Formats: sequence, C-alpha cells, structure tokens
Amino acid sequence: MKLRYIAARLVKTVLVAIAVVVLSFFLIRLAPGDAATVMAGQSGFADEAFMKSLRAEYGLDQPMPVQFWKYATAVAQGDLGTSYVRGQKVAAIILERLPNTLLLDAFALVVAAAGGIWLGSAAARRPGSAGDSAVTVLSMLFYAVPQFWLGMMMVLVFAVWLAWLPPFGIETMGADYTGLARVGDIAQHIILPGMTLALYFLASYARLTRTAMIEVADRDFVKTARAKGISERQVARRHILRNALIPLVTYAGLQASILVGGSVLVENVFSWPGIGTLAYEAVKTRDNPVLLGIFIVTALLVSLFNLITDIAYSIADPRVELGR
Amino acid sequence: MNFARRFFSRPTAILGFAIFVAIVVIALAAPLIFARGPFNIVGMPLLPPGAPGLWAGSDVLGRDMMVGLAYGARISLLVGVTSTLCAVGLGIFFGAIAGYYGGVVDDLLMRFTEFFQIIPSFVLLMVLVAFMQPSLASTVIGIALISWPQVARVVRGEFLALRSHEFVEAARVLGMRDAGIIFTQILPNALPPIVAVSSMMVGTAILTESALSFLGLGDPNLLSWGSMIEGARSAMWVAWWTTVLPGLSIMVTVLAINFIGDGLNDALNPRRGR
Repeated sequence: MKLRYIAARLVKTVLVAIAVVVLSFFLIRLAPGDAATVMAGQSGFADEAFMKSLRAEYGLDQPMPVQFWKYATAVAQGDLGTSYVRGQKVAAIILERLPNTLLLDAFALVVAAAGGIWLGSAAARRPGSAGDSAVTVLSMLFYAVPQFWLGMMMVLVFAVWLAWLPPFGIETMGADYTGLARVGDIAQHIILPGMTLALYFLASYARLTRTAMIEVADRDFVKTARAKGISERQVARRHILRNALIPLVTYAGLQASILVGGSVLVENVFSWPGIGTLAYEAVKTRDNPVLLGIFIVTALLVSLFNLITDIAYSIADPRVELGR
Repeated sequence: MNFARRFFSRPTAILGFAIFVAIVVIALAAPLIFARGPFNIVGMPLLPPGAPGLWAGSDVLGRDMMVGLAYGARISLLVGVTSTLCAVGLGIFFGAIAGYYGGVVDDLLMRFTEFFQIIPSFVLLMVLVAFMQPSLASTVIGIALISWPQVARVVRGEFLALRSHEFVEAARVLGMRDAGIIFTQILPNALPPIVAVSSMMVGTAILTESALSFLGLGDPNLLSWGSMIEGARSAMWVAWWTTVLPGLSIMVTVLAINFIGDGLNDALNPRRGR
C-alpha cells in the first residue's frame, strides 16, 4: 500500500518535471528575438549570412516539434544550454552555486521550524495571554514586511550600527580559513541572511502550531491521557504537540516554492553566492539560458522536496488514506 | 447595514481602513501637490529628514523623498489592485467552469493549479517579466498569471458545493441557460470567500511588485517604492532614511490591506470567524 503510494507520487513528480520542461520551452518563445539575434548583437555585427549560420547551428531553422524534441532531450540529459555571457555550460554554473543556496535554505528551514514550533506551543498553552497576542502581532508584521527590505534592516542594525556580524558574503574574503575556523566563519556569515529568510516562515509556523495545538487539545484522546494520570508535560509533548505537528509537515512542503523565491531576494541583499545572486546577474545581463536553467532546476528541487514531505507525512500519520 | 457594522467592530479593520483611505488620497493627489514629478532634483543629495523644505530628506540624486514616496503609492496601489482584478477574473472564469461542469475540465484545472503550487512562482515571474521586457503592463500581467490559480481553487470549491443546491435546480427547471445559472445564481452566492482571498492577494501583489522593482525588473520609467530602495542601496550605510522610509511605506500599506482583509473575512463569514 505504502509502496504503491510512493510509486504514484514518483509518477506525479515526473509529470511535473515534464510540465516544467514544456512550460520553459514556451517561455523561451516569449523572449524577444531568438538566440541568433542575441548572440549576433553581442558579437557586434549581424549580416544575413552570419545570422543564418547561427540559426542553423542552434537548430532554430527547424520546425517547432523538432526544436521541442531537441530541447526536451537535451534537458533530460542535464544539458541546459550555454550561457550567453560566460560561455560556460549552464548546468555547471548552477551546480557550482547550488550548495550555497541549499545551505542557506536548510538553515532557514530549521530555524523557522524550531522557533515556530516553540513559540506556537508556548502561545497555545495560554491562549489570550500577552505572550499569545505578541506572537499574533509579530506574525502579522512579518507577513507585511518585504523580505529584501527586512534583510537590509538587519544589515543596518546588526552589521553597521552594532557591528556584531558581517554584512555580506559567505566567508571572509582573503582570510583563507581552513577546517573548523572556516566552518565558524561561514556560521557567522549565515546568521543574518538565514534569519531574514527564516522570520517569515517562523511566523507562519508559530501561527499554524498554535491553531493546531488548541484544536488537538480538545480531542478525546487528550482527555483520556489526562484521565490516565499522565503528567501535563507529557500530555503536551507526546499527545498534543506530536499530533499538531502533522499538518506542519504538509505546510512546509507547500511553502518550499516560497522559500526558493525568498532566497533569490535575500541572497541578493547579502551577496550570498548562490542561485539567487546568479538569477539577479542573469536578469541584469539578459542571460536567458541561465535564467531558464535556474527556473528548471528550482522547480525540480521543489517538487522533489514535496515528494519527501509527502512521504514523511504518510509515515508521521499512519491513518492517512494514501493515494489521493 | 449589518455587514458594515460587523466589519467596523474590529479595531484593526478600522485602523486598516483609515490608513488605506489616507494612502489612496495621497496617491490620487500626488500629481496635484507635486506637479513637477518624482524625478525632479530639488537640492543637495542625501539631506536628512527635516532639512529645510524636505520633511523626508533627499535621495542619492537630490530628489525630494516625500515626492517619491507619494508617487510610489500610485504604482503600488495600481499594480496591487489591477493585477488582483485580472487574477480574480481569470480565477472566476476557470474555477466556475471546472466547478460547474466537473469531469475532464475539472481534472485539468486541478492538475494545473497543483503545478502552480509546486513551481517557484517568484522565479517564474522573474523569467516572465524579463522576457516580456520590464514595464507596468508586464508586471501586472506577470503577477496575475502566477496568482490566478489560487482564486480558481476557491471558486471551484464553492461552485462544486453550490451546484447541487435547490435554487440551482430550480433555475435549471425554469429553463435558464448554463451561463445564466453560473453568473446570476451561483456566483453571487460564492462571492464572500472570493472577496476574502482577493483582499489578501492585493497585499501580496504589492510585496511582489516591490521585490521585482528592487531586482531592477520594474518599469524603468516609473519610480516605485521598490526601485527607491534599489536606488538607495549604495547610500544605505550613510543615509538610513533613503532605505527605511520606502520600506516602511510598503509595510504599512500591506499591513493595512491585510487588516481590511481580516475584517472582510469576519464580516462576510460570521460563522467561519477565526
């Protein structure tokens, strides 16, 4: 049963991947001019013969279905084309930056989940108290603040005014730390961008945990647990929180795409050398293959993350009727 | 009226509504009060707030921040409202068809909206706007394109629940055509949740527009709050107001709209109140 569900989810992930490739093929058509005009523009001259040879070289003179097939098979083999600006393979450029983005996103996700669950369960213990209202007000604020601006404010306060933390980059330039010293250096650099990214999600996890815990606390099995004489602490932890966390797993999966969008902005503010700064550079230099490559890679990563959270969900809650 | 009384019974809704009205007035009056436009240079660059004649100081190029902030409100509100209206139009159209007819159309739409939940919509938006060339129109179209599936899901759910009600059967027996039933019978009953979702979308659209402008993907001929922050990046270290004020404007506007959204949600769905 469980295996069948996972197989069905895998099929769905593959379908999403195919849809992403189709969508990106049509996105390329949206771009003004074709690859030939862009490259001819870059090399400075463009007579008809040269354009024609470029079009032949890139297969742009062939019928649409043939072009699509070529594009799709290339993407399937991990070939995302060549950057207009750098002349390198897009896949190689993205792979070089990807670990930095994953590190930042993972840090943000862990901070947001830990902080959000902690705040949310504290608020749920005493609904209507000052602490509870504070959590609500804070989450309203974090929903309304532009993430990139929050990042700049963090820099202004913690890097410029207080000078506690480095304002940008992933490590100290020219320091050439190795081993533990390097880890410590990166840890210092990740705090500001990581917290900026985490705060929005921390607020929503806190709200979600609070609502779920208040709801679960009313259920019969909680009353039974109390009646059995289990300590209040144990009831809160083992019975209420554990069940309240289940919807949070699904939510984290659904929010993965927002996390990726957020890291594009936050990386840009903090000059974090990941996919986000790469996207920004690609926009500025009109490097369309790179931009499209980032779209494909992030979409695949998010659907993969969704697959993982779905499986985690089915393990966390055995009652769930799988295969929906 | 009952609805208005319920809406204004929430203090946050009153506050949100008052702030929103003030921002609308500023946006509408900007060209009348500051006829020379936001790009006009008025004095030395980076004068702090409170300098003679400059309540909000001047920016990197010596332009009056106050004028920029007032004109920025126009872009934010325009993009927020028009892109939401487009998204709601698309969402109602597809959601109504899917929910009313069901079957293959419904399956297709649901797969499509699921797809939109999975792909990173901000990255898609960046690609869309960059390819269409950054302008006010491409910003609005792009935001509408990435946000309509959200409305479609809500509309579809409502239509699915309402289509088998007796008043719909009655309309059908009377010989009413499908289009008539959809628009005059079901849609008015499905409006409350649609309104609630859309009001929240306005705030999100404003945040998205500011993020696009911040990345240099806004209309290059217009000054928006996002592009003011982008332009002030080099000055942030020495002149806090160039970054802080436009950011605060975005936050206050979005907060006001979310307060209104919460109030509408409660007033329209008294039983479903949170």
